[in-house]
Amino acid sequence: MTIHKLTLPLPDIGHLKLQPGDKILLSGTLYTARDMAHKRLVALINSEEPLPWDLSQGAIFYCGPSPVPKGKLCGAVGPTTSARMDPFTPLLLDHGLKVMLGKGERSPEIAAAIRAHGALYIVAVGGISALLVRHVTGFEPFLWTELGAEAVYKMEVVDFPCYVTIV
Amino acid sequence: MSLPRRIDSHDLFNAIRDGLNRIYCQPDPAVISMIRKLAIREQGHLAKDMLKAIVENADIAAREGIPCCQDTGTVVFFIEKGERAILVGGDIEDTINKVLRLGWYRLSLRRSLVEEPLFEREIIPDTVPPMIHWEVNTGNQINVTMGLKGGGAENMSRLQMMSATATVEQIKKVVVDTVVDAGGKACPPVIVGVGIGGNFESCAVMAKRALFEEMGRAHPDPRYAALEQEILTEINRWGRGVMGMGEGPSALAVHIKTAPCHIASLPLAINLDCHAHRHTSFTL
Repeated sequence: MTIHKLTLPLPDIGHLKLQPGDKILLSGTLYTARDMAHKRLVALINSEEPLPWDLSQGAIFYCGPSPVPKGKLCGAVGPTTSARMDPFTPLLLDHGLKVMLGKGERSPEIAAAIRAHGALYIVAVGGISALLVRHVTGFEPFLWTELGAEAVYKMEVVDFPCYVTIV
Repeated sequence: MSLPRRIDSHDLFNAIRDGLNRIYCQPDPAVISMIRKLAIREQGHLAKDMLKAIVENADIAAREGIPCCQDTGTVVFFIEKGERAILVGGDIEDTINKVLRLGWYRLSLRRSLVEEPLFEREIIPDTVPPMIHWEVNTGNQINVTMGLKGGGAENMSRLQMMSATATVEQIKKVVVDTVVDAGGKACPPVIVGVGIGGNFESCAVMAKRALFEEMGRAHPDPRYAALEQEILTEINRWGRGVMGMGEGPSALAVHIKTAPCHIASLPLAINLDCHAHRHTSFTL
């Protein structure tokens, strides 16, 4: 198992020589987005409105964090099932999305689209929130806070453990 | 016949609260101990790395009171109430809801329930109502099993009305296929609850009940106990592996429950739970 230390953004994924099964210790900015946030992002694109952040910077983390306890930096975080975001992914790839972090398989069509765009799909182990939060150094609500766990949160991570799945 | 017995609702409140306080940050210790052993034995570097992370997470979560998974789930209760158990000072459902309202806020657990499932999907602030399954018996005790059920493994579960003449092999195939098809989405290694028989709804409830039985217990009928082991071996032989990454164990246990069914039917339900297997039971 090769281990890569990488910092977002990743402008040229092809040159990183990543193989499925490699471990990545990921640093940089993650934007959490799950079902509802994806629906809204795609609605923005379809109505030709500007996107709220540059998708080519940072990564989208399919994650619905738990509330931040008093005195803590962030609540529990971890990946949710990525395949639920498959229907929205091609349009986001067309608009610059480069790195997706979640859990589980993607459909063959989405895997092909990720490769065709020179993008990267990585997974984190699910159900290990207490360990993952140790790698979070920044956490703030970013967008659509009324959605609770489904809002977009901006996270800074250092050496966040994940594994290459589709490249 | 047992004598009527009074049970104070405060005792029920305290027992449910203590249960919630424990399980949100402590997965079933039997699961963690299995994974600890599997991590030592595992030859694949990738699977070993992930299994070790699961064990390390369980230690940190319990020590620091952090949810072991950000998906703190829906809360599932199985209540077996003796007809001669008289709860004083409140009723069972209100007591449960009180614990959840306080606990969800105090422990900063995730609000993972929506009020209306199709149109608004607005989040419920306190994760009430829980899913409660009732059973009444002739005793004078209240037996409570409670679990936190995440959405990922629940989504990959399946209910299939099999033909009444379906063979053991056909049943086995549907169960194995369910876990193999679930792949990494259900956060393997998973625990597999299987209901065989009953009817459409009772079969699904049996599958859920089977999940929360003692890890690795064998069905009392040796034929079903053997079937549990065969299914487990077959699932692991497919090798979807930890988090679906193709290495290491895919499932830790298969628990079957059975019930009488209609001559025309053979219902089959498969309910999966992730390795963050959070449940507890107590009797008052």
